Amino acid sequence: MSDASINASNVSAHLRADEASFGDYFALLKPRVMSLVVFTALVGLLAAPVPVHPFVGFCAILFIAIGGGASGALNMWWDADIDRVMKRTKGRSIPSGKVDEGEALAIGLTLSGLSVIMLGLATNWFAGAFLAFTIFFYVVIYTMWLKRSTPQNIVIGGAAGAFPPVIGWVAATGSMTLEPWLMFALTFMWTPPHFWALALFMRSDYDDAGVPMLTVTHGRRATRKHILVYTVLLALLAIGTAFSGIGGPIYLTVAVVMNVLFLRGAWQISRRTEVDAEADNFKVERSFFKLSLLYLFLHFGAILAEALLKPYGLGGWS
Amino acid sequence: MSLRKSHELHQRRFSRNLGVGLTLAAFIVIIFGLTVVKVSGTDFGMANQEVQN
Repeated sequence: MSDASINASNVSAHLRADEASFGDYFALLKPRVMSLVVFTALVGLLAAPVPVHPFVGFCAILFIAIGGGASGALNMWWDADIDRVMKRTKGRSIPSGKVDEGEALAIGLTLSGLSVIMLGLATNWFAGAFLAFTIFFYVVIYTMWLKRSTPQNIVIGGAAGAFPPVIGWVAATGSMTLEPWLMFALTFMWTPPHFWALALFMRSDYDDAGVPMLTVTHGRRATRKHILVYTVLLALLAIGTAFSGIGGPIYLTVAVVMNVLFLRGAWQISRRTEVDAEADNFKVERSFFKLSLLYLFLHFGAILAEALLKPYGLGGWS
Repeated sequence: MSLRKSHELHQRRFSRNLGVGLTLAAFIVIIFGLTVVKVSGTDFGMANQEVQN
């Protein structure tokens, strides 16, 4: 056997082991984050007071999701160096060696352009431009600039994740009112306590990667206080939203119950010491994180329920 | 060396090729569906009427 054939068979074996499947490329789009984007954008679209053709609505949500996925791919391209360090992200397509960084960049850019153009064509160019801005905000403002330079990265970066319901609303109406911004504010204010709780029990990850999370720059005591402050502000906003055009008795009930539970969790987190947390392996922080997922889902679910019941004279306050 | 149809590369990349194929097919269906909806929608109808007038 010649050297060349040995090398060729080595390369072939290497390719077989690390060959990327379609799923590895799809994983670049961060499907779990995409599910949040799909759900909140759908609520924004359906809560809007203008009916949309079902197929156009389906396409709008699809292209918003693809736009969100594209920004996820660009985020993974830029953050490949820190993803290799963090335990949580080590297995992603790029750090695991299945997909090249250049491929992720190409996929991200192509899907960004495609999603913006297609959303503009399917609905209106205001929505298309808004999606383009969201991608820009997430990739350039958050990923490239703020994530590694300020401990407020999560707060400002949260805005990118909060835009989908606004895009959904604009896709339906072609204009802007207060209501989509209330949905924006809900996700925006929810993001910091959600991620800081995660940072509390995944601490070594962010430390190792040198990402200036609040836990690293201001300490864990300050992070616990920040979680409480943001949760109080979030509760005021969430309950106040009940009295807007997208609220109603169902939403108010959900908001009161969920915010009482969320405030209780934030209060417990703020009172705990590191010794307490270590002793039970961050039980309270972990359950607060899980509750935060349910919190957002139920709030948007309630907004959706109010919107869907309105034609039957049941949703809203009227 | 010619790449025969039975090359193991085809088997290895089957899922990737299938995924790309189905994605492109879905994209065509979406474009077609959107075209039908837009053409039969009121906006296009009104614009068409204006052109005729």
